[in-house]
Amino acid sequence: MGDRTLRLRGGEGMKRTSVGLTAELIEEISREKGEPRWMLEHRLRALEIFRELPMPRFGPDLSEVDFSDISYYLRTVEPVGSWEELPEEIRRTFEELGLPEAERKALAGLGAQVDSEVVYRSILEEVRAQGVIFEPMEEALKNHPDLVREHFMKVIPPEDNKFAALHGAVWSGGTFVWVPEGVEVAIPLQAYFRMQTQGVGQFEHTLIVAEPGSSVHYIEGCSAPRYTKAALHSGMVEIVVKEGAHVRFTTIQNWSRNVYNLNNKRAVAYAGATMDWVSGSLGSKVTMLYPSTILAGKGAKTENLSFSFARNGQWLDLGAKAIHLAPDTSSRLVSRSVVQGKAKSVFRGKLYVAPEAKGAKGHVECSTLLLSPEAETETIPTLDVRNHEVEVGHEATVGRVSRDQLFYLMSRGLDEAEALSLIINGFVSPILKEIPFEYAVELKRLLEMSFAEAIG
Amino acid sequence: MVVTVEGKKILKGISLSLEKGKIHALMGPNGSGKSTLAFALAGHPDYLIEEGRIFLNSEDITKLPPHERARRGLFLGFQYPPEVEGVRLREFLRLAAANCHEPFCEFQKLYLESLAYFRMDELGERELNVGFSGGEKKRSELLQMRVLRPKVALLDEPDSGVDVDGLRLIAAGIEEAARLGTAVLLITHYPRILEHLPISKVFVLDDGHIVREGGPELAWEIERSGYEAVRG
Repeated sequence: MGDRTLRLRGGEGMKRTSVGLTAELIEEISREKGEPRWMLEHRLRALEIFRELPMPRFGPDLSEVDFSDISYYLRTVEPVGSWEELPEEIRRTFEELGLPEAERKALAGLGAQVDSEVVYRSILEEVRAQGVIFEPMEEALKNHPDLVREHFMKVIPPEDNKFAALHGAVWSGGTFVWVPEGVEVAIPLQAYFRMQTQGVGQFEHTLIVAEPGSSVHYIEGCSAPRYTKAALHSGMVEIVVKEGAHVRFTTIQNWSRNVYNLNNKRAVAYAGATMDWVSGSLGSKVTMLYPSTILAGKGAKTENLSFSFARNGQWLDLGAKAIHLAPDTSSRLVSRSVVQGKAKSVFRGKLYVAPEAKGAKGHVECSTLLLSPEAETETIPTLDVRNHEVEVGHEATVGRVSRDQLFYLMSRGLDEAEALSLIINGFVSPILKEIPFEYAVELKRLLEMSFAEAIG
Repeated sequence: MVVTVEGKKILKGISLSLEKGKIHALMGPNGSGKSTLAFALAGHPDYLIEEGRIFLNSEDITKLPPHERARRGLFLGFQYPPEVEGVRLREFLRLAAANCHEPFCEFQKLYLESLAYFRMDELGERELNVGFSGGEKKRSELLQMRVLRPKVALLDEPDSGVDVDGLRLIAAGIEEAARLGTAVLLITHYPRILEHLPISKVFVLDDGHIVREGGPELAWEIERSGYEAVRG
């Protein structure tokens, strides 16, 4: 497979499972991690479900994903206590990504995963002292077994869909966050995922439990070097937002253009709770991502903001769902998509309002900006409303950059690329302004780079 | 100059020159080609110059793209400035000023001062032209001119849709620009704004030709007798 050899610490060497998906492989992963019996059983059950479920019957072509030709587990690097201890190549990558700097300046905690395992994690002492748990899933499974078991794959069970089942069988890495009652984590926690090695799949599991009245902002970013071979990323995020708590989950996805990014993300929000999703999708070959919130308690709220920039050869199949199960719940799903070259962008906005969700309010708004004649877009709203005491609305627009706008900006001295870039930035600004400043800057830079690349 | 738009000849052979620090009025009935002249001079790609050339300070700019003309000091104040969602006026103008070689600190000072000058303080952080009233759009165009300090300003109906107070501000802005050395071509239907300004020359455009040229008295003649009467 032409693996790159990385200098390793700890003397144990690189640990990689055989290629392919079998019960023996699952047992090997579980044994390697020293997991409790219930988790192994969960994995094996999920594998059975995976085998029974069909591939998704909608969206992009996934025929290139070959489940028999993926390394499901790869420990590239031993966990370390400081950046300096990481192998040179990995350390340099993280430095270029600005992670150590962000950790010093703007974060309450940071976790970094390479391939299948978390290799670095830190948490501010004052945050730890508040009782906040921020640990790699494997550690949390050992340190807080009951807490993990109570919630693990309860928001998204393996039966939900084929990739949820796959994830349940082979998950590795990811983060467990638990915020005690009434605790507000003032600055964000961040996780960074890196797929470093060719042929490896990444299946990190993120579980966040916010106890009543607490609040936390969690940010995840990701990247990978570009390989020619298709790679699979299938992470899962489960969030439990208890009464009156507030969780904000921000993702900035910049996978290289050989990655199939097929994720499951879902939150359940109880009475008076607020769940906010902010998703920026720039990379990957194919993405399927539909962050959902189940509004399970009276007065629960969700905001789901998505922006994407699809370029040549990409199919970004995005969406957002709000499931209103309780009275006076509200949701706002907003999307801004930019499509350049021969690429496709889809937005599936789904609102379900149950008969008992009287007084629910829901709003879906998606706008697309097409930059080329071959660019394709589709907006698929589904409003399933089962009672009459609701306010729901949907709006969708598709536009192109108008010649008049372009000429106007150019008549002030901006060249064409600057003018287009300004128009695009302006178009996505309703979402960008929701992203913390440090990340918005990085994101703008990424957008500008992507854009410069797109117009050649 | 001969200009066609979508294959239709709009300007049929006109010639004019503008003098530094002077205000020139371009008048004419609807559809006479006034806006076409402004767009063609500024380099709009839909306005094709079939014959003739444009010189800015003896440099031939006929073939330059719009942003290169702007960087050399040409400014077009739009009759209908488009809205640009999500782009703040300040942010946009800072970028424009940087391209026109205005250093940042200078920009900041000039920008704030110009906001106050045109009584636009509340618009400074708003999105470019989004939800601006007609009058606000016109003041915003003048503000941009004031910050960019062009050598030549083509102002396409800066007075239409503007109330009396707004008109005074706009006239003051134009006069100031001329005083600072800008050659102004003021395109207007109505002589009203000309009452507030020292006009050095009036051109009357009709059906793609300049049919009359004269001093400010020509504007009063139009005011009294209409375009029919002055049409050569």
